[in-house]
Amino acid sequence: MAELIVISTLNGVLFGMLLFLLSSGLTVIFSMMGVLNFAHASFYMLGAFFGYQLTRWIGFWPALVIAPLLVGVVGMGVERYGLRNTHKHGHVAELLLTFGLAFAIEEIVSMIWGKSPVDYRVPAVLDFPAFTVFSTNYPAYKIFMLVVSVVIFIALLVTLKRTRVGLIVQAALTHPSMVGHLGHNVGRVFMLVFGVGSALAGLAGVIAGPSLVTQSDMAAYLGPILFVVIVFGGLGSLPGAFIASLLIGLIQTFAVALNGSLASVFGPLDPSLGPSPLTDIWNVTIAQIAPILPYLLLVLVLIFRPMGLLGTRES
Amino acid sequence: MRRLIVAATAALTVLGGAASAQESIKIGYIDPLSGGGASVGEGGLKTFQYLADELNAKGGILGHKVEIVPLDNKTNPQESLVQAQKAVDAGVHYITQGNGSSVGAALEDFVTKHNSRNPGKEVLYFNYAAVDPSMTNEKCSYWHFRWDANSDIKMEALTNYMKGQPSIKKVYLINMDYSFGQSVRAAARKMLGEKRSDIQVVGDELHPMLKVTDFSPYIAKIKAAGADTVVTGNWGQDFALLLKAAADAGLKVNWYTYYAGGAGGPTAIKQTGLENQVFQISEGVPNSGNKAAMDFEKDFRAKTGISVWYPRAVNEMRMFKAAAEKANSIDPVKVAAALEGMKFDVFDGGEGFMRKDDHQFFQPIYISSFGSLADKAKEPFDEENTGWGWHIVSKIDTAQTMLPTTCNMKRP
Repeated sequence: MAELIVISTLNGVLFGMLLFLLSSGLTVIFSMMGVLNFAHASFYMLGAFFGYQLTRWIGFWPALVIAPLLVGVVGMGVERYGLRNTHKHGHVAELLLTFGLAFAIEEIVSMIWGKSPVDYRVPAVLDFPAFTVFSTNYPAYKIFMLVVSVVIFIALLVTLKRTRVGLIVQAALTHPSMVGHLGHNVGRVFMLVFGVGSALAGLAGVIAGPSLVTQSDMAAYLGPILFVVIVFGGLGSLPGAFIASLLIGLIQTFAVALNGSLASVFGPLDPSLGPSPLTDIWNVTIAQIAPILPYLLLVLVLIFRPMGLLGTRES
Repeated sequence: MRRLIVAATAALTVLGGAASAQESIKIGYIDPLSGGGASVGEGGLKTFQYLADELNAKGGILGHKVEIVPLDNKTNPQESLVQAQKAVDAGVHYITQGNGSSVGAALEDFVTKHNSRNPGKEVLYFNYAAVDPSMTNEKCSYWHFRWDANSDIKMEALTNYMKGQPSIKKVYLINMDYSFGQSVRAAARKMLGEKRSDIQVVGDELHPMLKVTDFSPYIAKIKAAGADTVVTGNWGQDFALLLKAAADAGLKVNWYTYYAGGAGGPTAIKQTGLENQVFQISEGVPNSGNKAAMDFEKDFRAKTGISVWYPRAVNEMRMFKAAAEKANSIDPVKVAAALEGMKFDVFDGGEGFMRKDDHQFFQPIYISSFGSLADKAKEPFDEENTGWGWHIVSKIDTAQTMLPTTCNMKRP
């Protein structure tokens, strides 16, 4: 049992940190600009495919730097020529724009790279077991993902809370005209923030691609769960997203590890009742419902604490 | 001038008529070409296109060219019905599908209903890989023909082999959560219990179908349960990723599988380093020793870049031609009648037959293990450039694969 707990904790933290890497970009964009970016997971997918392509051409390490930058440039383009024009029509228009963009990116990606998974592999330098607990190996690559996530978290937090750049960015959100009067180009600030947020998603894509599956519907797999993370953590709160990512990672891994069902708690149903939908519900294990648990959590959080764990705003 | 136009129009009409007399036979290929099942779905499509080319090179079927119409169903039963209707509207009378018994059952129901409502416009469903036993038992249909051994037949053969392996003590079952996965787990529990009551089933897992991207939590559970053997019906990405996670975690067990040979599977097995510890049950093996099959394999690999995952698809298409020629017609009703009870020499040698009672094809099946190839002359084919390939460890003759059916066939 101790073995299962230790290993599930490790797996949960690893998955949670990947979720954080993804949600950090989303939450930065939201907290700074108030735009809920539906296309965020698509930027993540773009990152994975750029990473794959560049790895083929110039190797993994240059790709790790260049691919997120490229995604960042795409993101800035979207802000400059898309969102900025729709901004005056309010948040619904912005939301719809990113919503449509998500579909467009998915189609474009499947047109270029096809619909089946591409062969994006872990770089040879990181393809070895880092350490062994209870005779289970931990791949060095997963540890690398963990380290990158932690570094990004710290760097973001410091930049936003402790530097002048962060100050201007935060001020631009609440008092755009004041910041403008002080001589800062508010439009450019927003564009850069959106670019950085997209680049973070791209980075998550580059490093998650080899570990998970790089294919044209990967955005659709992770997209919904990102919203759970940022709503759960509190819209726009970076530490909230961090905690929520870890919690959801742990909940999902531990749910898979558990075998409990109603039948195991209350005993099997009377056989005379025969097979019915009730027997199905009775025998379903926690492991089987693991994938829906985060969404259940989303619903509960919205009902009982709409601002999320560490959120400050009521929307 | 006007006369010229009239003449030209008349000529075109005549030409058009001539062309439609030699109308091609369209086969609607309804399988995943996107989503989690896409890797195997695209392999299947390449296989059928290759087989159609093979038939067309020899004059097609009764002079008609064979054309494969790819339709993406995203491994979704609902989407499959939309695609099937689309195919029928486009004049397709034959549909083929394999990935996912959930889809298979929906299509079987679709053709049954469609054919009873539209006499004279019948559609046949050729099933090359959906192996839920119910499709040829309680849910059987006259319009459905299955070329793959059903799940119970495979489990019967697999457990007969496992019976003779004394090292198996603790078995873990992990399967995809839908009709097929559920039938694999039920059959495995029942048959292992009957044949080796000393074997303990230490885990019985169902996971979401084609949705899991990281199997590490499941591998941790298998390890914690102390299993020495895993039995799984997983296919496509659910097999490749399961083995990839096992390789990453260093899980050392024996694997008894249905579909280890599909896309990404061999690469993942090589990563685990489990030489000759991963077994697969199938109706054909690349290194079968059958000359015709091995020549086919060589040419197929050169043209498509993948291995022959589906010898059953070869049987399906060749037998379709044989049945049409026997009936001397490409009318689905006549072809269906000709297929019933038909005997056929299968791809890897030996005789199979399409049982009339339930439209299940019976054929020799093989259990093979995956490892390095000692004799390159006898076993030339490796998989996915791993240097490892399949070799046969056991052959089950057609007669030993026969299981009774509960099908109560309603004939038109």
